[in-house]
Amino acid sequence: MKGRLLNGGGWNVVGLVLVGVIGLGAMIGLPMWLELASLLDITVYLILAILALSLALVWGYGGILCFGQSAFFGLGAYAYAIAMFNIGESTIPFILSIVLPAVFAALLGYFMFYGRISDVYLGVITLTVTLILFNAVNSTAGPEYHIGEARLGGFNGIPSIPPLNWPGFSGSPLDLNDLFYVSIALLLAVYFGLRWLLVSRFGRVMVAIRENEKRAGFLGYDARLYKLATFTLGGALAGLAGCLFANWGAFVSPTIFGLGQSAQIIIWVIVGGRGTLIGPVVGCIAIQWLTAWLGTAQFTKASLAQVVGPRVADALTSVLGFADLSNTNLVLGAILLAFVLLVPKGMVPTLLDLARAVVNRRRPAADLVSDKAEGAT
Amino acid sequence: MDLVLVLVIQVLFAMASLALISVGLAVIFGMMRVINLAHGEFLMLGGYSAIFATQHGINLWISMLVVAPIVVGAIGVLVERTLIRFLYGRMIDTMLATWGLSLFLIGLITGIFGNTTVGISAPLGGMAIGNYRTSIYSLVVIAITVVLLVAIYLVLRYTRLGLFARGTMQNPDMAAALGLSPPRVYAVTFGIGAALSGLAGALIAPISGVFPTIGIAYIAKAFITVIGGGAAILSGTVTASALFGAIQEVGTYFTTPVFGVVITLAAAIVLIRLLPQGITGRFLKRWL
Repeated sequence: MKGRLLNGGGWNVVGLVLVGVIGLGAMIGLPMWLELASLLDITVYLILAILALSLALVWGYGGILCFGQSAFFGLGAYAYAIAMFNIGESTIPFILSIVLPAVFAALLGYFMFYGRISDVYLGVITLTVTLILFNAVNSTAGPEYHIGEARLGGFNGIPSIPPLNWPGFSGSPLDLNDLFYVSIALLLAVYFGLRWLLVSRFGRVMVAIRENEKRAGFLGYDARLYKLATFTLGGALAGLAGCLFANWGAFVSPTIFGLGQSAQIIIWVIVGGRGTLIGPVVGCIAIQWLTAWLGTAQFTKASLAQVVGPRVADALTSVLGFADLSNTNLVLGAILLAFVLLVPKGMVPTLLDLARAVVNRRRPAADLVSDKAEGAT
Repeated sequence: MDLVLVLVIQVLFAMASLALISVGLAVIFGMMRVINLAHGEFLMLGGYSAIFATQHGINLWISMLVVAPIVVGAIGVLVERTLIRFLYGRMIDTMLATWGLSLFLIGLITGIFGNTTVGISAPLGGMAIGNYRTSIYSLVVIAITVVLLVAIYLVLRYTRLGLFARGTMQNPDMAAALGLSPPRVYAVTFGIGAALSGLAGALIAPISGVFPTIGIAYIAKAFITVIGGGAAILSGTVTASALFGAIQEVGTYFTTPVFGVVITLAAAIVLIRLLPQGITGRFLKRWL
């Protein structure tokens, strides 16, 4: 049920074509319609959407709940920044920013999967690793902490990171327009690449292991190896997103490893829907847009009064002392709670279920079959 | 000699504070198999209740030892009734929901009290050991932790409530067949776990101050202690906090406090790899 967009292969193709058309349309259309500043905002959504896809793969299809996806994201960003200061030409830093997180994910994954650590402990270990990285990098503020030419900067972060350049041409860096094209192209490539992976033999075994690890093992598949590969690939994709992110702001700081960042990635996936690829992308863009809007919106007593009426606003402000309740944590926390309790499948699968119910209403027999298939998964 | 004594007190304090901040989580995890990611925020709420009460003229010790546990315990029962009870048996969803709760509480408290550190000075002052000085308050924290752990042991081992709790923990269906109500036991357990967290948060508050995101500083330590300790609530917490407290202090002594914590977390990951069921999963199996 989870791998398919709708019943039947035809719907699947429709979905793929739709995503392709929208993606290409955005790629061509957005730079024509939008100012550079808005384009820059969109670019960060696209970059973070790649990060969302990395967890969509690891958690949604691999069944590995990684609370520390931001560790790989941050490692990618830091690897790029540090290598860039030392090398100056971006081909090798770009590759490093993908390979290094992947190697780290492989080591950590080996440790966890070959230790047969259960789901819950896995969550705690990945969380702990993120905190270790955060604490360690955060405390490297002094000038004695440097790797080659690059100073780590501790809690101040690394500013003015040189941008990517076209491979081999260190004199022609990507400008902000180019970064948009590269980001959207990579996002589409990652999306379609993962779609392809999921229908390949590897992807099917991966989903089988998610559904029932023991049964897949009895059929002769080494679940540990497949999980390790999935986790490593997830790390590589998160590293790629990290590299682009470091380019986008020309800045990294340890908060990139923080719990807040990890929580956001989880929220994107759970809001969009586990077990889909388009869901986390939609979830990521929606949540990022929401937090950006919350960051700029001014929730004064007057605007509160407009929404809930002056009396309630008076009561609220006097009770709470007042009280800027528009902060991101509060809203994200409420969203996460609401989705876990009320919409555990996430937006996209729930909407698709609704659509399916409407389409199948005239075919009760087909509905029964699909229900049975769902019950079995 | 004096230096040794001071170091011993520091190590004991590190162990005691680890045990203190973990025991509430351990009760909830050991009894109900619920991983409460909002544990750090329960500690934070405990700190705020104590400071708020002190600022409104209540005696510091009463605010820390009575007000904070009652307030956070009540919040715990509320959370269990409105949130956790829908998610029993779904560990992953519980983790996610409590993470949401954690963010929500951070946001709420930031909105109400602002993103600043509030503090109360540690009571009792210091005392001299030879040429060194140490704070009496840290000795009090060690003593309170010991009393608390002994009290939990006595309650679990010798009272009716403890018997109910252990019975429900071992086999909820059988406990229900014998006329107990597991949901009620769970609600009470969660409340007690939260109350313990509130107490811990209040006791730590004079040392570190309180700010909305302080829970994050504790949560990893509390988790590794509970998971490193394993399923047995008391012996797990005690052995794991002794081990990690010692590692942390030795690490801090030779490097910096930050790397002391980093070394502790790394050691914990190795331990979980070697003993996936925790220390009490392998040793001391029949202990509480």
